Amino acid sequence: MELEKQMRGPVTVIALNGELDSTTAPKVQQGLDELVPVHGMVLLDLSRTTYMSSAGLRVLLLVYRLCQQMGTRVMVSGISDEVRAVMAATGFLAFFTVADSVDEGVEVLAA
Amino acid sequence: MSRSPERLDAFPTHRIAGFGVRAGRPLPFGASRVPGGVNFSVYSAGATRMTLVLFRRGEDEPLAELDFPPEFVVGAVYSMTVFGLDAETVEYGYRADGPFDPDRGHRFDRRQVLLDPYATLVHGRDSWGGQRRPLRSGVALDDFDWEDDRQLRLPSEDLVIYEAHVRGFTRHPSSNVDQPGTFAGLVDKIPYLKSLGVNAIELMPVFEYDELDNERVDPNTGKPLHNYWGYSTIGFFAPKAGLAATGRLGMQADEFKNMVKQLHRAGIEVILDVVFNHTAEGNERGPTLSFRGLDNSVYYMLTPDGYYYNFSGTGNTLNCNHPIVRGFVLDCLRHWASQFHVDGFRFDLAAILARAPDGAPIPNPPLLESLAADPVLRDCKLIAEAWDAGGLYQVGSFPNYHRFSEWNGKFRDTVRRFVKGDAGVAGELATRLLGSPDLYRGRAPTASVNFVTAHDGFTLRDLVSYNGKHNEANGEGNRDGDNDNNSWNCGVEGDTDDKHVLALRDRQVRNLLLLLLTSHGIPMLVAGDEFGRTQRGNNNAYCQDNELSWVDWSLAETNAGLLRFTRAAIAFRRAHPALRRPWHLRGHQGDGLFPEVSWHGERAWTPDWSPGQRLLAALLYCHGPEGHDCVYLAANAHWDGRELELPALPDGMRWHLFADTAQPDGHDVHQPGEEPPIAGDRVRVEPRSTVVLVARQTESRSERE
Repeated sequence: MELEKQMRGPVTVIALNGELDSTTAPKVQQGLDELVPVHGMVLLDLSRTTYMSSAGLRVLLLVYRLCQQMGTRVMVSGISDEVRAVMAATGFLAFFTVADSVDEGVEVLAA
Repeated sequence: MSRSPERLDAFPTHRIAGFGVRAGRPLPFGASRVPGGVNFSVYSAGATRMTLVLFRRGEDEPLAELDFPPEFVVGAVYSMTVFGLDAETVEYGYRADGPFDPDRGHRFDRRQVLLDPYATLVHGRDSWGGQRRPLRSGVALDDFDWEDDRQLRLPSEDLVIYEAHVRGFTRHPSSNVDQPGTFAGLVDKIPYLKSLGVNAIELMPVFEYDELDNERVDPNTGKPLHNYWGYSTIGFFAPKAGLAATGRLGMQADEFKNMVKQLHRAGIEVILDVVFNHTAEGNERGPTLSFRGLDNSVYYMLTPDGYYYNFSGTGNTLNCNHPIVRGFVLDCLRHWASQFHVDGFRFDLAAILARAPDGAPIPNPPLLESLAADPVLRDCKLIAEAWDAGGLYQVGSFPNYHRFSEWNGKFRDTVRRFVKGDAGVAGELATRLLGSPDLYRGRAPTASVNFVTAHDGFTLRDLVSYNGKHNEANGEGNRDGDNDNNSWNCGVEGDTDDKHVLALRDRQVRNLLLLLLTSHGIPMLVAGDEFGRTQRGNNNAYCQDNELSWVDWSLAETNAGLLRFTRAAIAFRRAHPALRRPWHLRGHQGDGLFPEVSWHGERAWTPDWSPGQRLLAALLYCHGPEGHDCVYLAANAHWDGRELELPALPDGMRWHLFADTAQPDGHDVHQPGEEPPIAGDRVRVEPRSTVVLVARQTESRSERE
């Protein structure tokens, strides 16, 4: 899994590209810890996340919670239908504020 | 970042089969994640050698086989920490070496890779009816964000239990959920459950089982039959993958936990139907999956010559009161109560849990005593199906330690017989209505789980539509299933266009529901009975994974009147403490209007218990902080109608009509709190009908003040 960071105005957009599972989870967690700004705005873009395992869901939620603790506004965007179904069935989806696309997420966060 | 481990034991001391390992922690049993790896612990009293077999997820051939060296063994417990192992992608099992000597009860077989009895995931049946892979153990991630969830701890007298099969509940195309037939699908139906008013859902088996272990075929269609109900457990600590939308990803534990959490948010408890009387290994001809290969003579009740006692009717009997098995059962229930926040358990064929290793019933079974006194289980409802297939019938005498309730089979039989019109049943019905104090003296009415139907037997609709069972589709020539149903088809067997027959059936269903929902104790309904679910006369649908047994939600519209009636009857129960008494009757309390119960007849205060009467009229009364609660119930199972004189109420109160099952759809029931007053001091109870009245103030409180 590759992490890709870009700035969209005041919003840090981090794309998680590839499979997020127990193999990639530790590196992803470490990478996100470094990329997530304190007191900023973050959009986690999952549009190219092809697979999400239990461990992957946990990393996503941990980072999300870390952001909330640091006072960083955070959203998730671009969840594929398949990943969304898994997140819905396990209840994880309800923890996140979700945007359909990066554009929509940036707009909501920056508003 | 520091490179040294966080714990003194977080590094390997040995290298076995390419893996860094060290002596593990014997407790907890099973596989658990520890810093740097996974701790495995398994016990066997009789094994001479134990091997941990590791697999990569989904692969048939082992990744490695690790023998436990002697220094990794404490007592009979083999434990090993394996480092560098990914808990999410590993599957595992054990090979246990030991004597194969059936005469002495030993059936070790080193060729088999055995499931861990404590496995929190079971892989191999990852989607319902899907590919059959070898059964392997897996490690569930046990962290979950429960937020503030805990067991609901509803008072037992307030419970209305709804029995459902996870798959059958939403598998039908009419269910209109995103993930049919799964835990997630059930979550989508929570708003419905809430609107119905039930506050506990009792799930038929959810521990891992093999739905494909049935070899019979439907003689009409030639299609293979399933083990659909699942009373045949493979993994007692593992939620069944095939009942989870995410089972193929191994996320069934998370999905199950979310279901419990969402049900709790809606005020609904979760009770699991647990099957500790036998396992899926069957008798000596059955497969060796786990227990048989680990410690056959410990886990099973064996005859002196090493064969299996069969008190369960399925081939083997779990040796529940053996000290080791007791510990296993207790660990399992603690796991479900603490890890999954489950609110209670219903024990299938629980009389077996009161048998000694030689099968003899024991008055103080240590297993039941342990369960009753366990601190982790303190707030769990414990419900016994107080009989077994070996002829031990303990309804009213189950060793209960003031903790166990019982499925009251006598309630079912009495209510059925009364409503179908048997003579001489009214007296016994009176006892059943009051929570069966004859059976549960010294306990509470809530010792009685009252039901008219359960998964096993006719649906409510079929109970009034069939005289006999029609189980041909089960492939056993209609020999399976109970013959003693106390059912009556109201004049025509099965389908009919006869309006009179159909009207009578509608009325009988309502009579049964009203008696169930006005009786003291804990009422239990079966999913779909509230809108007329039918199994077309099949009273043993254990193998019917199809439209015969799935809940058809279109019936909620077809039979909207019955659904409205059921909802109102549940709401009425909730509104009336006189129906939910937490203690057995104590007579007149001195300061109230009436005794707690009084019996009536064509004349008030004058019941006629003679056999031909077929009439029961009761005034249930309770005086509490909310004021006087008076409910009058008259059930007439005779073919003639009756005029009943009502007990007189004090000035300012009048009888109001809640329900009259003789009235046509739309007029048979009123919303609790909106019951219209009745004229005069008498009530007409039509043939085969039930009337429920409630006493209400004729003027509002503010007017009087």
